[in-house]
Amino acid sequence: MSPRLLKKALLRLGFWCLIGVLLLYAVFPFYYAIVTSLKPSSALFEVSYWIHNPDFSNYAAVLHQASFLRAIGNSLVVALCVVTLALFLSLTAAYALGRVKFRGRGTVLMMVLGVSMFPQVAVLSGLFEVIRALGLYNTSWALILSYTIFTLPFTVWVLTTFMGQLPHELEEAAIMDGASPWVTLTRVLLPLLWPALVTTGLLAFIAAWNEFLFALTFTLTDTQRTVPVAIALISGGSPHELPWGLLMAASVLVTVPLVILVLIFQRRIVSGLTAGALKG
Amino acid sequence: MSVSSTHAPCEELLLTRETPVQRRRVRAAWLFLTPMLLCLALVAAWPLLRTFWFSLTDANLADTGGGTFIGFSNYLFHNGSSWSGILVDPQWWNAVRNTLHFTVVSVGLEVVLGLLVALLLNIKFTGRSLVRALILIPWAIPTIVSAKIWSWMLNDQFGIINHLMLSLGLIDAPLAWTADADLSMWAVIIVDVWKTVPFVTLLMLAALQMLPNDCYEAARVDGIHPLKVFWRVTLPLLMPALLVAAIFRILDSLRVFDVIYVLTSNSSSTMSMSVYARQHLVEFQDVGYGSAASTLLFLVVAVIALLYLYLGRRQLEVRS
Repeated sequence: MSPRLLKKALLRLGFWCLIGVLLLYAVFPFYYAIVTSLKPSSALFEVSYWIHNPDFSNYAAVLHQASFLRAIGNSLVVALCVVTLALFLSLTAAYALGRVKFRGRGTVLMMVLGVSMFPQVAVLSGLFEVIRALGLYNTSWALILSYTIFTLPFTVWVLTTFMGQLPHELEEAAIMDGASPWVTLTRVLLPLLWPALVTTGLLAFIAAWNEFLFALTFTLTDTQRTVPVAIALISGGSPHELPWGLLMAASVLVTVPLVILVLIFQRRIVSGLTAGALKG
Repeated sequence: MSVSSTHAPCEELLLTRETPVQRRRVRAAWLFLTPMLLCLALVAAWPLLRTFWFSLTDANLADTGGGTFIGFSNYLFHNGSSWSGILVDPQWWNAVRNTLHFTVVSVGLEVVLGLLVALLLNIKFTGRSLVRALILIPWAIPTIVSAKIWSWMLNDQFGIINHLMLSLGLIDAPLAWTADADLSMWAVIIVDVWKTVPFVTLLMLAALQMLPNDCYEAARVDGIHPLKVFWRVTLPLLMPALLVAAIFRILDSLRVFDVIYVLTSNSSSTMSMSVYARQHLVEFQDVGYGSAASTLLFLVVAVIALLYLYLGRRQLEVRS
């Protein structure tokens, strides 16, 4: 083999090694959670890298806990309502910000961007008061309302970007025909915006599904908990004896749907994330 | 391009001149913005103002509105013989130090690793899109779940990390990753870096794909060393995207809460400003004092955010 070919082969080998290391780093922790969740508690404390005789007792135990199922239900309701609310509010807002030139447009955009940078803890006490005044403490509504603080700026921003990219001709034709802005939005632009809505909705769903600080603070009882709080609060006899098998089974159960969504919608998610960050 | 230029006069007529149509559109625009603005006022602006106000009172959690005005005593107070208040609380300054330590190290690592991974994945190879999808997995996993998975992997007695390091002979005795005061911050950083490198990678990849090809063609024709091309061409062109990613990550890291709360709970060696503020607000029920801490955190974040917006605007102006 000539030195040049050897060098090329070595480079290629090095490249694939790097890809291998990268994949191992990205995927191994989740894989290890699956391995752990499929072990009976007697085998938990011997480290193993492969799945031997999968044992589903941890999954059975988790799925028999009424509070865990309840938490999944709560998380679903909260996330779906947040997505619906955020998409509706941001769709109209994005039409105004993306299609109409008016005084104060820049200020509104800057304000929205500013809210997205809020540290959540900065509004915690004020929001707590609002939620109690509205009688929403320890309900899913408290979370649905409060989650708009981090979903709305994001959905407005991304939808405005997408809205601005739609061709002007369509709208001009609608205006010439005397269509009102509402009709223009719902009949002309909305059908073209479905891909963008799916992307932003998905990102808002993931953000709402994963949120922890508000969920921990604004709910009190097991019946109102969401999944992240339920998992954080799983405990054993003492702080040093966590039921790791059970915990990993619960973790895998709530993460698998997200991982599948991400793998399916990878391209859309990437375009949404980069539209939110780079074009701003 | 040509389409939009031929339509420009028509657009002008429709969208910028003061016509009844345009006036109606502007009115509709504000109407369309109102629900969103009201919602943000309710969940963001008003609560923020209340937090500022609480920080000047001695309110408690049971009755947030019932506090009395005590000026800046939550921040700094001299009772004749000694100073008290958050600004002389060593715990607060410890939280500030921890947060800054966490932010500098984790954002630094994330940007460097994210850039390296993006450069690697910018090379065309079979299976690239699958690899790209797979590295998104850590990003999709809820922070709470990833903190739990890592605290199992970093477990001092049964964790796989200690097992691996022991069998490779890197360490002689198991390390107490989450309990040891010197190591626990590293544990937090490891988890955060693992979770957020995919995000930085995505931004960097998107930026890399927007780079002009002709520079690279020219460099290759001239036989310039790839490393030199990277330092002289790629890196300067990537700088804006790199800065955006870094600022996003800095703002996120300054308010870090979830990963620390789950991984090391209220341990003082990792307590961040958010954990400190929430502890006072909710666990000690001292809304006045906790709000003062929240206000200080808000000010830090606001200064950085304003700097970012200012620089962003400047850049836009320069570009146009």
